[in-house]
Amino acid sequence: MKAASEAAGGPQQAKAEVRPLTGNEAIARGAWEAGVKVAAAYPGTPSTEILESLARYPAEDLHAQWSTNEKVALDVAIGASFAGKRALAAMKHVGLNVAADAFMSQAYIGSNGGLVIAVADDPGIHSSQNEQDTRIYGQFATVPVLEPSDAQEALDFTRLAFELSERFDTIAIVRTTTRLAHTRSPVALGARQEAPARGFNESPAKNVMIPAHARPRHVAVLERERKLKEYFETAPINRVEMGGDRAFGVITAGTCYPYVREVLPGASVLKLGASWPLPEGLLARFCESVERVFVVEELEPVIEREVRALGFKAEGKQFFPRVGEFSPEIVRAGFEKASVLAPRAQRPAWTPEPLVRPPVLCAGCPHTSSYMAVRASGARVAGDIGCYTLACLDPLRGMDTTVSMGSSIGNAIGMSKAGDTKPVMATIGDSTFLHAGIPGLIDAVYNNANITVVLLDNHITAMTGGQDHAGTGKTLRGEAAPRVDYEALVRAIGVKWVRTVDSYDLAAMYQTLREAIAHRGVSVVISNRPCVLDPVKIKGPALTVVNEQCNACQSCMNLGCPALTWDENTFEGRHKVKIDQSLCIGCTLCAQVCTIDCIKPTHSVGAVAQ
Amino acid sequence: MSEPVNVLIVGVGGQGVIMVSKALAWLAQSRGLEVKQSEVHGMAKRGGSVFSHVRFGEQVWSPTIPRGEADILVALEWAEGLRWLPFLKPEAGIFICDTKRIVPPFACLNRRPGAPMRYSRETPAEVKAHVAEGYAIDATQMAEELGNERAANVILLGALSTALDFPPEDWEKAVAEFVPKKTVAVNLEAFRRGRAWIEEARLLAPTAEAPAAIAPARVSPPGPAPAYAPRLEIVREWCKSCDICVKLCPERCLRLDAERIAELADPAKCTGCRLCEWLCPDFAIRVHLDAVAPQGAAA
Repeated sequence: MKAASEAAGGPQQAKAEVRPLTGNEAIARGAWEAGVKVAAAYPGTPSTEILESLARYPAEDLHAQWSTNEKVALDVAIGASFAGKRALAAMKHVGLNVAADAFMSQAYIGSNGGLVIAVADDPGIHSSQNEQDTRIYGQFATVPVLEPSDAQEALDFTRLAFELSERFDTIAIVRTTTRLAHTRSPVALGARQEAPARGFNESPAKNVMIPAHARPRHVAVLERERKLKEYFETAPINRVEMGGDRAFGVITAGTCYPYVREVLPGASVLKLGASWPLPEGLLARFCESVERVFVVEELEPVIEREVRALGFKAEGKQFFPRVGEFSPEIVRAGFEKASVLAPRAQRPAWTPEPLVRPPVLCAGCPHTSSYMAVRASGARVAGDIGCYTLACLDPLRGMDTTVSMGSSIGNAIGMSKAGDTKPVMATIGDSTFLHAGIPGLIDAVYNNANITVVLLDNHITAMTGGQDHAGTGKTLRGEAAPRVDYEALVRAIGVKWVRTVDSYDLAAMYQTLREAIAHRGVSVVISNRPCVLDPVKIKGPALTVVNEQCNACQSCMNLGCPALTWDENTFEGRHKVKIDQSLCIGCTLCAQVCTIDCIKPTHSVGAVAQ
Repeated sequence: MSEPVNVLIVGVGGQGVIMVSKALAWLAQSRGLEVKQSEVHGMAKRGGSVFSHVRFGEQVWSPTIPRGEADILVALEWAEGLRWLPFLKPEAGIFICDTKRIVPPFACLNRRPGAPMRYSRETPAEVKAHVAEGYAIDATQMAEELGNERAANVILLGALSTALDFPPEDWEKAVAEFVPKKTVAVNLEAFRRGRAWIEEARLLAPTAEAPAAIAPARVSPPGPAPAYAPRLEIVREWCKSCDICVKLCPERCLRLDAERIAELADPAKCTGCRLCEWLCPDFAIRVHLDAVAPQGAAA
């Protein structure tokens, strides 16, 4: 392995077992090796597998849990740190926004037991609502941000983060990106080391953030930043790799480092293991040792600005974009533009027009019928975050807005109070409702908003791959847990009009939505059907289109079901429809919307033509 | 230091792209090579396109394969294979593609008479002309013959195995390691058939051209030409303003007028699909398909 493995400071074992791990699995391993005692997270792509992996380590070693949202997860980790134990919270970049209130205050308090937050950014927005840069949060809160560049470093830096957290009395962030989180590469494994026991530190001046205590803590935070900068001047995770050529040098960090090495194998590179705080002396010495300085970093020019502030003419964002995910091609193009690399000969590329294949709701997805009914209700629809956000696309097109976790209900209140001429509806999944929807619903009742909230209860956190939550009756480790009773919860909040409907009964869904809209005040419709993928894959007997009867109205194609596709035969020039028997789960929605009742159970039709 | 070997494996969510790439990565690692395997699977379960980069060698830097540098492109679905063609080495890349077509709902949204399916139209022969070495296998059909449609991905793994320098026994160990325990036997058979298929294809065409290797794909023919234009007849007296037609029109081209009677607001969008006619509880809507070309009207 590369120099990084020395960085963790642990003794190298003679015969370390090497295993291919994803970045997420490596972070989990690093936390386990560091002796973590409590870990909590709310699932979010690309960070979800960190806690899933941790839950595979023995329960005697650590407590691992899904929390209701990222703020609760961080508060749980902070609590464990107060209690003197090493603790981890894991989340995606936008999860840190949810946890930001606790995060910013805890930055003053610091840590007792090592306190680490693993945050996974999503440059390129593979599965998120934005591509914010977590390193700025490190700067904002004045806490260190470690940026591993491969899975080995993900393990090593996580171990180091716990040490730094305790040594410098701070939260430490391990920042990854989608690429690292989901790339497998070889990792040398170490043994678990139990951290030395620390008791609760009874020090209100440090742990209770009233103004009188917070003011001196701010001073302590700045002193901590100075010490961290000093540490990072010589820390082995920041390393200079001088090449023969001094005409230019590259400063980079994290997942950009392998791209730089791919494109410029022999270049002089300052590879930063920590992108915050930045060691001024080290930066200055490197900049002085080369003629031109390039900074290669994804998203925001965090390092570039700092280098410029030191008075060096760093070149970065004019060659390497501030948007999207980097790749060897993008890094190469930047260096070509900067005249560092000669442009490659243009290859005659043959590019067939790519097929449009956006992700779709699964065959039999209960959200499909919910949004058919929502769409037919003619309402203004505030959407939320989950698989069902896909219903904003054709053909369902059943959603007008989506902002952030739990926003739908508040947005609906605002639309209604602003006097939207249509009936106003909020649609929100079960996990999202528990995460951040409940305060919005209380607000709606309290302020007597005339809205309908559709709670899309598919009994799981589906979008991230099927994680349990407080409404599923199971914990992260699969143990039985109490289940939230949504009807009782909603009534306790003060909602008078609540109805639960089977999502697959389209007529009942539609009728219930009509009645809910007619109710003045807050109404809640719970659309109830389990996800077809998790926790168990649902497969029922498939349906078949009676081809001779099909009038090609394609009413069923309004569902956007992936099991429905065009048949070769046509009627009035339009394709008839057929059903892919391997995908169809028999939910019957297409049969419910068929205008001439020609979709039947396969066994009743006899031999299928296809 | 030698360049790493770059294998790009692509397909649609649920086809087993990740399983195939994990098996390859495991095999390369067991031979003592440095391996990086990178995937983006946030949307994998939802029928989106899935891809996995596998790179191995003495030293591997970038986890992703740069455009134009894949040695081998293995595609579990036809259009996904075409999507990633620009990543293949133009002068030496090997293209191994299942002719299986998974048509997304998006490809079937145009209701105009004669509208084509929006699925890739390139034929295997056209694709072959643009790659150094190409194989279009009907692996799904072969897997169905074995009695397990899901073994198609291992047939492709068998095909891939002929292009890389690992012994077949080790490949079979990798297959056994990663497929569900109950399906090991059928998958090992699938692996051998995939291998044999490629070897036979090479035998038939010993040159790098390998013309016989390209089997005909099942590409949909364009539909019949549009012959009529839609016209809506709405009987005002019969309409009771229920607005079912307005809410369920797929093109959203209907509305209620000032007197709350259905009207065609955007005639250019109307495809004449008759859904409003079928759904109207009061028979107030009739869709006429007026001939626009005399020769088409007879149909």
